[in-house]
Amino acid sequence: MTAGERLVTASPHLASGHTTPRIMWTVVASLVPVIGAAVWFFGPSAVFVIGAATAGALATERVFGRAGSLMDGSGLITGLLLGLTLPAGLPIWMAFVGGAFGIGFGKLIFGGLGQNVFNPALLGRAFLQAAFPVAMTTWPAEQVSWWTLRGDTFALPLMAGKAADVVTGATPLGLMKFEQQGTTLSHLMLGNTGGSLGETAGILITLCGLYLALRNYLNWRIPASIFLAVLVFAGLLHQLDPGRFPAPLFMLFSGGLMLGAWYMATDMVTSPVTNGGTWVFGAGVGFLVVVIRVWGGLAEGVMYAILLMNALVPFINRATQPRVLGTRERSGA
Amino acid sequence: MGELAWIFLSAAVINNFTLALFLGLCPFMGVSGKLDTSLRMGAANTFVLTITSLCVWALNTYVLPHAPYLQLISFIVVIASLVQIVEMAIRKLSPTLFREMGIFLPLITTNCAILGLAIFQTNRGYGFLEGIVFALGAGVGLTLALVLMASIREMSELADVPEAARGLGLVLIIAGSLSMAFMGFAGLLSAS
Repeated sequence: MTAGERLVTASPHLASGHTTPRIMWTVVASLVPVIGAAVWFFGPSAVFVIGAATAGALATERVFGRAGSLMDGSGLITGLLLGLTLPAGLPIWMAFVGGAFGIGFGKLIFGGLGQNVFNPALLGRAFLQAAFPVAMTTWPAEQVSWWTLRGDTFALPLMAGKAADVVTGATPLGLMKFEQQGTTLSHLMLGNTGGSLGETAGILITLCGLYLALRNYLNWRIPASIFLAVLVFAGLLHQLDPGRFPAPLFMLFSGGLMLGAWYMATDMVTSPVTNGGTWVFGAGVGFLVVVIRVWGGLAEGVMYAILLMNALVPFINRATQPRVLGTRERSGA
Repeated sequence: MGELAWIFLSAAVINNFTLALFLGLCPFMGVSGKLDTSLRMGAANTFVLTITSLCVWALNTYVLPHAPYLQLISFIVVIASLVQIVEMAIRKLSPTLFREMGIFLPLITTNCAILGLAIFQTNRGYGFLEGIVFALGAGVGLTLALVLMASIREMSELADVPEAARGLGLVLIIAGSLSMAFMGFAGLLSAS
């Protein structure tokens, strides 16, 4: 550009450097400890399952996505998060299909990053849950050796799997729901329990989430309101009948609530844009989690709670539009 | 009281007519483009559902015990004439709404949700009050599905959807996703 020539651009003129790829890659980096914990607890199976889910997501993004969209990191996040919500013994072809479905039908069909309605990772998981309900709820128990595969990992696609000779266990939520048996809180917090790959180490996920919240890469109001809603609602129920309803802290640290609240619900695309809306959104997620866990047919409800509130987000955005400064009217419309 | 509340919740959310039983899909696909219209479509459907439930109860109590072979045909006649009444009323009261709903208003006649309600109600042996609560629940559920779909579609209107999926294709995919999300309610309250 020669001197005297003016460059006319639209605002904003000061770029902070917080670009979409940078945020996404930071989120990926913050997931590394969580994945490490999954590998620590579940052995090589964790690597295979998370790897397959990620491969499914990335391959779909590469084939059907816009040129260069692979590098923004969002497909990678979807794959990693999906992998973390799967049980360790899942055959890897199912994980691959889940990743492909999540990216294809959860994101690309809506026009790519920023335009999807549902969280792609959770949509992929909901699809797997509907298609392979048995495989998705088979939880391996603690193994003798770290190297043991936790299930029929290399099953051929669409073939009847051979009976895997793995000891299966139950998740803390399943134990609570179907056998009225509690799990020690410290075990839940430190990860020494059965469950999906990423739902075992509550403390670690909280630390990673807090880091993102401090950098303002996720809206702290969403996890805060989810935890608050779960604590209040589960606490009330526990007060009414401690024998029947589990304690609120158990609710908070069991299942996928930590991963869901810090990483899934806070997805920038599928959560409300206004701060008021995020409180409504979080409270709704917390309420639905408790409703599905306590009264539903399933032991775990975090995925469905977040998906249902995702569906409400356009409505919440509409209802919580801020007023135009100096007028009584809501903006837009 | 608890029984009635369960019937309502079951029809509205757990076994949502549209998202769990896949009934009443044509207004769900056709009139879910705008939030206002979809709300009113939901209201019109709820109205027809409730009156149908009343008429079905009367038919089941007074007519059908004497002539059981008339069941389907009498249901259809009742529904068709009800829809005609609603159509005439809307045409007089709100010509704009009449135009917006277009073909989908008379199509309520063939809306499977309505006939489905009549048959469910008969098979489950619901009485007068239970039938009305069931119909109200089904109507609220249908409206809920319509409103969810409309708000999502209004947002996706500006999205850069691939050519192949534009229009009805995307609507069907959103409907499938919504339906998967509603699977979370499956089995709710049935254990207790």
